[in-house]
Amino acid sequence: MLKMTHLSKVYRTHMIETHALRSFDIHVREGEFVAVTGPSGSGKTTFLNIAGLLEDFNDGDYLLDGVSVKGLDDNARSRLRNEKIGFIFQGFNLIPDLNLFDNVDVPLRYRRMGSAERKERIEHALGRVGLSSRMKHYPSELSGGQQQRVAIARALAGSPRLLLADEPTGNLDSLMARGVMELLEEIHGQGTTIVMVTHDPELAARAQRNVHIIDGQVTDLDDAPRLGGEVAAATAAAAIAD
Amino acid sequence: MLSNNMFTYYLRLAMISLKRNRILTALMVAAIALGIGMSMTSMTVLHMMSANPMSHKEEQVRRVELDNWDVNRPWDEDNPAEPPDLMTYQDANNLVQAHRAEHEAAFFPNVLALEPDKRDVKPYMVEALFTTSGFFPIFEPPFRYGTGWSPAEDRSAARVVVIDSETNEKLFGGENSVGRKVRLGGEDYTVVGVLEHWRPTPRVYHVANGAFEDPQSVFAPFSIGIEKQLNSNSNNSCYKDSEPGYAGLLASECIWVDLWVQVKDEADAQRYLSFLNDYVGEQKKSGRFPRPTNNRVYTVAQFLEVQRVVGRDVRTQVWLAFAFFAVCLINTVGLLLAKFMGKSSEIGLRRAVGASKPAVFAQYLTESGLVGLAGGLFGLVLTGLGLLALRKLYAGTSIERLAELDWSMVFASLAIALIASLIAGLYPTWRACQVQPATQLKTQ
Repeated sequence: MLKMTHLSKVYRTHMIETHALRSFDIHVREGEFVAVTGPSGSGKTTFLNIAGLLEDFNDGDYLLDGVSVKGLDDNARSRLRNEKIGFIFQGFNLIPDLNLFDNVDVPLRYRRMGSAERKERIEHALGRVGLSSRMKHYPSELSGGQQQRVAIARALAGSPRLLLADEPTGNLDSLMARGVMELLEEIHGQGTTIVMVTHDPELAARAQRNVHIIDGQVTDLDDAPRLGGEVAAATAAAAIAD
Repeated sequence: MLSNNMFTYYLRLAMISLKRNRILTALMVAAIALGIGMSMTSMTVLHMMSANPMSHKEEQVRRVELDNWDVNRPWDEDNPAEPPDLMTYQDANNLVQAHRAEHEAAFFPNVLALEPDKRDVKPYMVEALFTTSGFFPIFEPPFRYGTGWSPAEDRSAARVVVIDSETNEKLFGGENSVGRKVRLGGEDYTVVGVLEHWRPTPRVYHVANGAFEDPQSVFAPFSIGIEKQLNSNSNNSCYKDSEPGYAGLLASECIWVDLWVQVKDEADAQRYLSFLNDYVGEQKKSGRFPRPTNNRVYTVAQFLEVQRVVGRDVRTQVWLAFAFFAVCLINTVGLLLAKFMGKSSEIGLRRAVGASKPAVFAQYLTESGLVGLAGGLFGLVLTGLGLLALRKLYAGTSIERLAELDWSMVFASLAIALIASLIAGLYPTWRACQVQPATQLKTQ
């Protein structure tokens, strides 16, 4: 699903050159739930931004669902993001002026879907996160946990192949965090590939596989999937074959 | 290409966004409205001043000018290439008699005492135009009743008259007065025609003492004016003394008669010019026309331009108003920039979930356009108020007549507001497109 090979990312200012990622290699297979951990400034978010096509990289290669994204123009990257990737952010990033229905509608609008299909998808996505009855509410009328659920519904509405979550529970208390985590596990159980950046070792432990990043490099690749079932078996076999 | 669905979506987003920050929105709309109000008020006056009510006969209607002036001094020191704008009686009379055009209108204005039959209406002075019959087919004033008079009545100095609708209202209560008598200057005249309300702006046929004055109230044959030994009460210029008496004036080089002709087309106009050149050549043999031959058959547009009907100060005023509009637009650019940059996190989010740069550009340009349209509509209200103020301020003057908004200016106001706001929105929108989603999403 996601394969980065010898990827490097350098931030340059007038005086300083910072290597955010160096010779970075990772392979996330279809249907995996991978937790990415590492200390602050290790390159986790840079990895996630590049994985989500929000940032470009300097060197190396990146295949997303078998397509090399190197050299793609802005339109092609936007289309790929829209069709294949769902984002969940620490700060929820809901648009305060739009109600829940319209917030979930945002990615679908750029896919030029008909209104009937959009409505069906939005209602289904909000139903999955348990917020069907709040479609006309505004984000400010919801708790943090509910807002994050809306963000998840927004990510799910487009039926993405890959869900990228950046500290999805970072702004939530433990009860709400548990609810969000259970939701992510449920989504993963339905076959969506998830890559989650987190500081929290407890959350990381619930993922299928852990990847540890230090100084822009993968230092600890736990290739043995911990979850059972067909998906886990298939990914383990693929990892061994690699 | 922006689909209808997306455009409707962007319009809805723009409405939501504008409602969210009402003060900022009000400031932007007010800035554009003020600019539009100022510039369109002055533009309307300019538009009315520079109108050409004879544009439908642009090739046919020609102003005839001959240069009979002093050999040592041009008619217009500032513009020495221009011949005098009026004509001597003898030249006007000769050219009308020669009848080389379809119609000739030689005329001059003066006043006559009008003595109404009605006892309750006291005698009063009316502005009269003494003209040849060609005036009516050339300038086509609309008739409510009757018509103009014939060339034969010109020649016989028949006591016939065409009156305007106001005079007809005053004297005959608005009834069909054709065939009835009007007493002018102590003589009875038969009404042959009554005009509809007619107000060509500018009054192209005679701009000498005010291009934006009302037409005369009474039109009588040119030959009657001569018979009554009248000359123009408008402009009368001589470069040398004439022989004493009215006969001396008629034979002099003094200019006081307007001459217009109607030709078939441009080629016919050139033929008429050749005829004028030949005529002047003949006159030179008798010692007249000492200057080099310099005759003109101006179109109405050329004539209005040469006569500087639209003054330089009016144009300057329009430029100043548009400069003010530019300042308003620069303010709008700043306000739009502040507004769009305040939405960086939303832009970042939209970019992350699949909005391309062109999609973001279209969304925010739609918002700019909506601000412009709102500004244009309020600007129209301000333009209306501005023109109303001008009419009050200049009541009774020609400006009062010019300060009227027409549909072309309404559409122009809206189009200018829309285009200007789209231009004003370009930079803020471009900046919005440069928002880095990764930075915005992390920093929210």
